[in-house]
Amino acid sequence: MTELGNVAGFPILSLITFLPAAGALFIVFFLKKEWAGGIRWTALAVSVVEFVISLYLPFTFDASTPAFQWVEKAPWFERYGIHYLLGADGISLLLVLLTTFITIICILASWTDVKAKVKGYMALLLLVETGSLGVFLSLDLFLFYVFWEAVLIPMVFIIGIWGGNRRIYASVKFFIFTFVGSLFMLLGIMALYFYHGHMTGVYTFDATVLFENPLPPAIQYWIFIAFFLGFAVKVPMFPVHTWLPDAHTEAPTAGSIVLAAVLLKLGTYGFVRFSLPLLPNASMAFMPFIMGISLFAIVYGAFVTIAQKDMKKLVAYSSVSHMGFVMIGMFALNAEGLKGSILQMINHGISTGALFLMVGMIYERAHTRMIGDYGGLFKTLPVYGTFFLIVILSSMGLPVTNGFIGELFVILGVFKTNPLYVIPVVVGVLLGAVYLLRLFQRVFLGEFVYHGHEPLKDLGWRETVSALSLVVLIFWIGIRPGPVLRVMDASIDHLVKQVDTNSKKAALSGQELVAASDQGKLNVSAPGPAVPSTADGGAAGSVAGLEQSSGRGK
Amino acid sequence: MTLNDLNINLASVLPQLLVTGLGLLVLVLDLFLDKKSKAALGYVSIAGLLVILPIAFVTVSPEASFGKMVMADPFSAFFNVVFIIAALFSVLISMDYLKKVNVQRGEYYCIMLFATVGMMIMASAADLINLYVGLELMALSFYVLVAYRVDERRSVEGALKYFVLGALSSGVLLYGISYVYGFSGSTNLAQIARYAVNGAGGNPFLSLGIALIAIGFCFKIAAFPFHMWAPDAYEGAPTPVTAFLSVGSKAAAFAAFLRVFITAFSGVRPQWSGLIWTLSAATMVFGSVVAISQKNIVRMLAYSSIAHAGIIMIGLLTYDTAGASSVMYYLLVYAFMNMGAFTVVALFIRDGGAGESISDYKGLAARRPGIAFLMSLFLLALAGIPPTGGFTAKFFILASAIDAHYYWLAVIGVLATAISLFFYLKVIFYMYMKEPDDYQQPLPEADFTYNVALLAAAAGTLILGIYPAPFVDMAMEAIKPFFNFLAF
Repeated sequence: MTELGNVAGFPILSLITFLPAAGALFIVFFLKKEWAGGIRWTALAVSVVEFVISLYLPFTFDASTPAFQWVEKAPWFERYGIHYLLGADGISLLLVLLTTFITIICILASWTDVKAKVKGYMALLLLVETGSLGVFLSLDLFLFYVFWEAVLIPMVFIIGIWGGNRRIYASVKFFIFTFVGSLFMLLGIMALYFYHGHMTGVYTFDATVLFENPLPPAIQYWIFIAFFLGFAVKVPMFPVHTWLPDAHTEAPTAGSIVLAAVLLKLGTYGFVRFSLPLLPNASMAFMPFIMGISLFAIVYGAFVTIAQKDMKKLVAYSSVSHMGFVMIGMFALNAEGLKGSILQMINHGISTGALFLMVGMIYERAHTRMIGDYGGLFKTLPVYGTFFLIVILSSMGLPVTNGFIGELFVILGVFKTNPLYVIPVVVGVLLGAVYLLRLFQRVFLGEFVYHGHEPLKDLGWRETVSALSLVVLIFWIGIRPGPVLRVMDASIDHLVKQVDTNSKKAALSGQELVAASDQGKLNVSAPGPAVPSTADGGAAGSVAGLEQSSGRGK
Repeated sequence: MTLNDLNINLASVLPQLLVTGLGLLVLVLDLFLDKKSKAALGYVSIAGLLVILPIAFVTVSPEASFGKMVMADPFSAFFNVVFIIAALFSVLISMDYLKKVNVQRGEYYCIMLFATVGMMIMASAADLINLYVGLELMALSFYVLVAYRVDERRSVEGALKYFVLGALSSGVLLYGISYVYGFSGSTNLAQIARYAVNGAGGNPFLSLGIALIAIGFCFKIAAFPFHMWAPDAYEGAPTPVTAFLSVGSKAAAFAAFLRVFITAFSGVRPQWSGLIWTLSAATMVFGSVVAISQKNIVRMLAYSSIAHAGIIMIGLLTYDTAGASSVMYYLLVYAFMNMGAFTVVALFIRDGGAGESISDYKGLAARRPGIAFLMSLFLLALAGIPPTGGFTAKFFILASAIDAHYYWLAVIGVLATAISLFFYLKVIFYMYMKEPDDYQQPLPEADFTYNVALLAAAAGTLILGIYPAPFVDMAMEAIKPFFNFLAF
C-alpha cells in the first residue's frame, strides 16, 4: 500500500523545499554585504514565511492513510528512471516541521553571535534548510542523494568560516567522514537500482516502486552495509561518531543547533525511510548488531559526557548517547519502538537544539564554555536559569516533558524485542540524569563563580522568544503527545507491516533472481548484442577470464 | 579498387578541412600583424571555431569514406564538438596569458588549431594508419606548444620529457599496429574485427599488438604507469596549453581507445579487460594519492587529471552502450569543469612563478568573491559533488560499472574519489578559511575574455549536472552503432 496519495494540484512541497534557497539567492544577489541588519531581517522573514507555509501541511494532512501526500512527480532523466518525486507521510511531515521551526531559532540565535560576513552566513543557513527539506521529502533515491550532498557543502562552510579556533580541522573531518560514507551509500543505491532492474525489468530510482519489490536477502545484506555506512556516519553511530564532538564544538551556535536538530536526523530518517522497507531481511539480520552498537553508544556516550569540562562538548557527546536511543528504538522493529524512535528524533531536535542555544547564549556573554568558569549563576540570571533547567529536564526525559514520552516508547519497544536490552537503556537514562543535573548544579547552584569577559545580563526579548518557543514545544509534546503520535500512527503501522511482508516476499523471490541473473545481464538502454559477461566481476574474474580464453585459443 | 570504391567525400571531413583552413588563415594573417596586436589572431580563431562548431555538430555521413579510412559518424561528431569546445576555451584564455608572460608569437594559435585537427582525425579514423597520422599531428603540435615559453627552464624541461616519452609511445603504438597488421593483414578496423574473433584469442601476436596499442593510448591519457611526462609537461607548459592538453589530448586518446577497442578488438575482449581493469584501478589510486602532497596547483591538477583518466577507463571496460556513452559524457563534462579550473589558474599565474602555489590562493574569497565561488564550483565538480556535471558523469560511470558487475572497481573508484576530496577541498579551504599572506600583493583583474570563459565553463558544468538527459542521449545514440556493428 505505498501507492501515491492525493497528487497535489499546487506544488506545495516544491514551494516549501525551494523557498529558502530562493531567499538565499535573493540575499546574495540583491542585498549589499554592508546591510547586515537588512540581511538578518530578510533571512528571518524568509524562515518565518517558510514555517507558516509548512504549517499548511499538518492542517491538510490525512492522518488515516499511510500513503504519501502532496505528491509531485515529473520525469527528470527518463533513460535511467530518475524522477523529480516529492511526497510526505507522517514521518517526513514531522521532520519537515522540525526543520522549518529550528531554522527560525537558528537565525535568531545568530542575530548578534555572527557579526562577520553575515550575508554569506544567512544564505548558507537557508541553503542547509532547503537541502534538509529536500532529503525529508524526496521519494526518488537519486534526488535523495543529490539533496543529501547539497546539505553537506553549506554546512562545511558554516563550520569552516564562522567556527572556533580549530574550525578548519573540524570542518574537514566532518566533510570527509560524511562524504566517504555517502559515496558508499551511492554505490548501494546503484546496486539496488540495477538489481531491481534485473529482477523486474523496471529500472527506476522511484522508491515507491522499489518498496514493492524487495530484493533477495543475500543481496540486501551488501546494500544494507553500503546504506549503513552512509547513514551511520550522519546519525552518528559508534564508532564513526568522532567527527561530531569536533564539529559541534567548533561550529557557531546556530551551526550546532542545526547540526544537532536537523542534520543528525537525516541519518536516522534514511534508516527509517529506505533501509527498513527496502532491505527488511537485512535489517532483521543486522538488528542484533545495530542494537548492540547502539546500546554501547548509549552507555559509552553517557560516560564520556560525564567527563567533559566544556559545556558544548558535553552537549555534543550527550547527542551520541541520545541518538543511540533513536537507533535502538528503530531497530526494535515494532510499532512502539519506531514511534518512540521518531518521537525521540523530534525531541532530540528540540531539546538538544535548545541546549546548544542555551550554551550559545552564555558563551556570547562570557566567551568561555568551561563549566569551571561558572557557578551559582541562578541568582544573577533567573530567567536564563529557569529555561536551562526546563531544557535539561526535558533532555533527561522527566515526565510532562517531551523526552519522557519518547523514552517510554523506546523502552517499551525494546522490551518487546528483548527485555534484557532494557537494562543498558535504563542505565543510559540514569547516566543522562547524572551528567545533566551535574551540569546544572555546577553552573547555576552553589557559590557564585564567574570568569567571563563581560558583565552578565539576563536574557533579552529575542533570546526569551526563541527559548520560550522551544519550552512551549517541550511541554506541549510532553503533556499532549496525542496529535504528534496520531500524525505518524498510520505511517508507522504501515512501515511495520511493510517490513514484515517485504521480508517474506524477498525470501521467496530469492530463487527467481538467481535464475534471472543466469540468463545474462540486461542493458539499461536498447539491448545490444549478447555481451560476454564477466558475471563475477573484479580483478580475479577478469584475469581468470583472460587466462581461460587464451587457453581456449590454443 | 576503383575511384568510386574509395568514396571520396569531402563533406565527411568538412570540419577537419575548415579547421585546417582556419589554421592556415591565422598563419597568413600573422605576417601582417605587429607584435602588439597578435591577440587579434585569437579573436579570428575564436570566430572561426564558433562558426565551425555547428558544422561539426551536423557533419555525419553513414558510409566510411576515403577508402574506408574516415568514419564521420555521430561518434566523431560528438568528439569534434568536445575538441572545438576545448580549443575555444584554450584560445580564449591564451590571449591575455601570452601577453602576461610576454611570449606573443602568432604561430601559437595556428599550432593550436592544427592540434585540434589532429584530434579530429583521431576521433574519425576508421583505420589504424589514419589514427596514427592524427595522433602524430596532435602530438607534434603539442611538443611545440609545451615548449612555448622558451626562456623558461621548466617549459623546456617539460617539453623535452614530453617529446622523448611521446616519441617512445608513438613508437610503441606503431609497433603494436604492425603486429595487428601482421595478424589480420589489414589496418582497417572493420577488417581486423573480422579476424579478431573469439577463436583468435590465443594468438600471442594479436595479444602483443593489443597490449602495445593500449600502452600507446595510455601514454596519451596519462594513465599510470605511463604518466611520467604529465606533471612536468603540465607544469612547464603555458597554462592554456596545459588545459588543452589535459582536456583535448585526453579526449582524443579516449575516442581512439573507444573506437579501436570496441570495433576492432571486441571479439577478444577477455584478452584486454584484465589489463584495462588493472590500469584503471592503479591510475585512480595513484593519481589521487599523489595529488595530495602537491603544493603547486598545476601539478595538483595534473595528478587529478591522471585520477580522472583512471575513472574514465572504467567505462571502457564495461563494454556496453551505458559504459561507453558515459565515457563520452564524462569527457564532455570534463572539458567544462577542468577548463574552468584552469581558467582561474591561468588568471592568477603571473610571470615569475607567483600564483602557482596553492598557498597563493589563501584568502582569495575575501578579495575576489566571484572568482573564488566559481573556482569552488569547478573543484567541487571535479570532486564529483551534486548538482554539478562532475557528479552526474561519475554517477553514470560508476553505475555502468555496477551494472557490469565490476563491484570492486566501483569501490576503488569511490575510494579514489574520497581521497581526491583532500586536495580539491584544500584549495577551497585556502580560499575561504585562511587569511591571505599579503593583502597588499596585487591580484590580476579578470578581463572580458576570462569572464566569458569562466561563465561559459560554469554554465556548462551546472547544466550538465542538472539536466544531463539530452547530452547522455546524444552520446548513447552516437555509440550505439558500434555495438550493432559487432553483430555481423
